[in-house]
Amino acid sequence: MSAPTLQTGADGRLRHLLTVEGLPRPRLEELLNTAESFLGVTQREVKKVPLLRGKTVVNLFFESSTRTRTTFELAAKRLSADVINLSVSTSATVKGESLLDTLRNLEAMHADIFVVRHGTSGAAHFIAQHCLPHVAVLNAGDGRHAHPTQALLDVFTIRRHKPNFDQIKVAIVGDILNSRVARSQIHALTILDTAEVRVVAPRTLLPVGIESLGVKVFTDLTQGLAGVDVIIMLRLQKERMRGALLPSEHEYYRQFGLTEARLQGAHPEAIVMHPGPINRGVEIDSSVADGARSVILEQVTNGIAIRMAAMSLIMGTRTQDGREVG
Amino acid sequence: MMQLDDIPGILNDMAGALSQHLDRRGVSDFALVGIHTGGMWIARALQACLDHNDPVGGLDISFYRDDFTRIGLHPRVQPSSLPFQVENRHVVLVDDVLYTGRTIRAALNEIFDYGRPASVTLVVLVDRGGRELPIAADVVGLEVALAAGNHIKLSGPDPLSLNILQDP
Repeated sequence: MSAPTLQTGADGRLRHLLTVEGLPRPRLEELLNTAESFLGVTQREVKKVPLLRGKTVVNLFFESSTRTRTTFELAAKRLSADVINLSVSTSATVKGESLLDTLRNLEAMHADIFVVRHGTSGAAHFIAQHCLPHVAVLNAGDGRHAHPTQALLDVFTIRRHKPNFDQIKVAIVGDILNSRVARSQIHALTILDTAEVRVVAPRTLLPVGIESLGVKVFTDLTQGLAGVDVIIMLRLQKERMRGALLPSEHEYYRQFGLTEARLQGAHPEAIVMHPGPINRGVEIDSSVADGARSVILEQVTNGIAIRMAAMSLIMGTRTQDGREVG
Repeated sequence: MMQLDDIPGILNDMAGALSQHLDRRGVSDFALVGIHTGGMWIARALQACLDHNDPVGGLDISFYRDDFTRIGLHPRVQPSSLPFQVENRHVVLVDDVLYTGRTIRAALNEIFDYGRPASVTLVVLVDRGGRELPIAADVVGLEVALAAGNHIKLSGPDPLSLNILQDP
């Protein structure tokens, strides 16, 4: 249980956001409720609030990303922070600088928040352990381990459509083995007491012992989708696959691709989600991705609000507690 | 502890004073905006007194407070919602208690992020003194002189009652 103590302070408030696992339900709901308020800000004439004015956010991306980096950047800017984007794979590390040296240099520039994406599991934890006490770390995806803000924006999106988690069935379909998103989603859904969480994938794309997380395992898509309220499709992570896990993309689509016909087996009001980027014709058919049940673009919009909530909540705990003054 | 119960009477007087104030300034069309939570109750009560039909806007100024770096984000009550165009509108801003003036400063900043109002009129149920910023209300229901350690709290919405609490 080292993660929760590293990410929550003695007062129980968030100091870093590294993983959803072990997050107490009130903390998770505080993030969702705060995001709900930020959603209104993005619909106004001036889409900014002054909360993080004078703070510096460094997007530290050791792995490529478009959506996550852009929405983190937009979230920070809407909180009035200054943002620096560093794609480290193309920068200093290539010249031989160590991670800790990179970190020290960024701290010397008075950074307040590090948003970290790294191909190695535990990278964000490592940085949180070694950064200065006033610096907050937000995990934007580490290896196969966790992607907390993605899971939070997903449960946020679900809650806006299906507010009662204890009455819904959620199916997570696809490359569970390589997916940090799936792991974080399962933890978030479990914390919110979701009635049933299913994982649907070919045996080769399921991690051993996944049942221990409390999910129901299906290796047949039609059975896995029967009666579900939420379908979360995952991308085939070809860049993380080693060895012959699949016969071919076409074969995968035939068995696990979400088509209009397959969608018929789900609840009539089921919503379809995908964390992106979508591989059309591999895990999902275009007509479903662009169809009436799809909330995929809503997820992107909600991602900005969730990231604003995460940044403002962790920055708000860097300070002494005081009393409210009218 | 002291309790004040004749809030309806005070609200009636405030509604009358507000009408006169707006008349003097030649304002006939205006939008009511309450600050969550107490200001919202007062704004709704004034709406009823004035037979005002437009929707009442609500502000939660947590994102604009000047003490974020000291105490962090306040738990939000409800998202802000101004269900009308602020641009060129006469806004009547309503709060329950006026004290340091910092809440009003934050509310003004938030209103301007929705647009440029034609004017802002400030209405408060209680002015307890102790201003730390150059802010004054146009309509005040009740003036109470309170020492710094004391609190005044509005309970409601039905019925509305004011309680003055003295720190032990």
